[in-house]
Amino acid sequence: MMNDEEVILVNFWSSPFGCRVKIAMEEKGIPYKYIEEDLFNKSSFLSAINPVHKKVPVLVHNHKPICESLNILEYVDEIWSDRSPRFLASDPHQRAQARFWANFIDRELYEASQKIYIGKGEEQVVGKNEVLRILKLVEGELGDKPFFGGDNLGLVDITLVPFYSRFYTWETFGKFSIEEECPGLMAWAKRCMQKESVAKSLPDPLKIYNFILELNKYYYKK
Amino acid sequence: MADVVKLYGVAGSPFVCRVKIALNLKEIKHEFVVEDLSNKSADLIKYNPVHKKVPVLVHNGNPISESLVIIEYIDEAWKGVPILPQNAYEKAKARFWAKFIDDKCQPALFKAIASHGQEEAVAEVHEQLQFLENELEGKKFFGGDNINLVDISATFIAYWVGAAEEALGIKILIKDKFPKLIEWSDNYVNCQVVKDGLPPRETPVAFFKKRFGKA
Repeated sequence: MMNDEEVILVNFWSSPFGCRVKIAMEEKGIPYKYIEEDLFNKSSFLSAINPVHKKVPVLVHNHKPICESLNILEYVDEIWSDRSPRFLASDPHQRAQARFWANFIDRELYEASQKIYIGKGEEQVVGKNEVLRILKLVEGELGDKPFFGGDNLGLVDITLVPFYSRFYTWETFGKFSIEEECPGLMAWAKRCMQKESVAKSLPDPLKIYNFILELNKYYYKK
Repeated sequence: MADVVKLYGVAGSPFVCRVKIALNLKEIKHEFVVEDLSNKSADLIKYNPVHKKVPVLVHNGNPISESLVIIEYIDEAWKGVPILPQNAYEKAKARFWAKFIDDKCQPALFKAIASHGQEEAVAEVHEQLQFLENELEGKKFFGGDNINLVDISATFIAYWVGAAEEALGIKILIKDKFPKLIEWSDNYVNCQVVKDGLPPRETPVAFFKKRFGKA
């Protein structure tokens, strides 16, 4: 079966969701074509491959589009199951635990973090507290393990680590230190950054910060 | 060693029902532990410390939370009738629609119900439901000839929406606009495994009357 005939990733450089897919592809060593989508001027191609949400990332594998980043991660893990690492264990209970935490992060972290840099006053404090609540819970789940996936990056690691690029933005807007509040998680993030797949895929934190400043000025009109 | 399976939940929750239907599909014997959500048990808090919500499935002492995660677990831990497609791409599509129902349809439906069928809220819901209507083209169920993850995820649409319409005298699932969804709802709630998992009709009707009914 020719699994790797044509693989395209449609993404926007700052998206933490797209970043997950980049890491996954690098981890498995799968070659792909990268298409940068302009989210402020969406293409008809994006509407064709993701008609419901018109969002990135979308993975197009042999002309078949797969949308939603966690879906894409599971799809990549299954299609290229012959390539290590496996992002999910084979035990159903461990798989369920990983999915629970990945969904938890996916559902709550991005929205909470937006309150820090788009919101004002009280809303910023609420956002900061919500982000810290999520990070501390996740840090507790990590415990003593080097990665959520054990010795290798797993589904939860790949879901969470793209947000590391945004720590500087959150800390600067919210006036707090993630290192102080969640030292275990920071240590984990630094371990992740030692992996080439992560270091290559994460956007530069300063670039993200400046981008958000621009967005606030022109898009959110803050 | 025999499997010990417990489902913590409340009879009227559509999320709990999803899990019941999945358990029924696989013919898994289980104990249903009724929770009082105004006075949550120590067990529930122990098994779901992050959200403290139902449903929680406990299999041989191991807890799993979040209805869609639980359903995938059930499909992987037990053989029998498959709930997710076998093919990786079809599986990805099923998960996409289940998430769409959870993230977009259900909140929009709740808003439309809570607002007593306010025009803008209903228009928003119709926009989301149209995608599902289109997805049913040429199919009896979202899973094709048999129900799958997507059908189970949409249990709220099949059963609770009608109950809300009756309770509040509103109309959301309009026959002209959503003939396939309405036909699907009838077919779905008449499946034995689904029937066995649903609460009596009075339960959601009474819930909506109490929660949103005009004084």
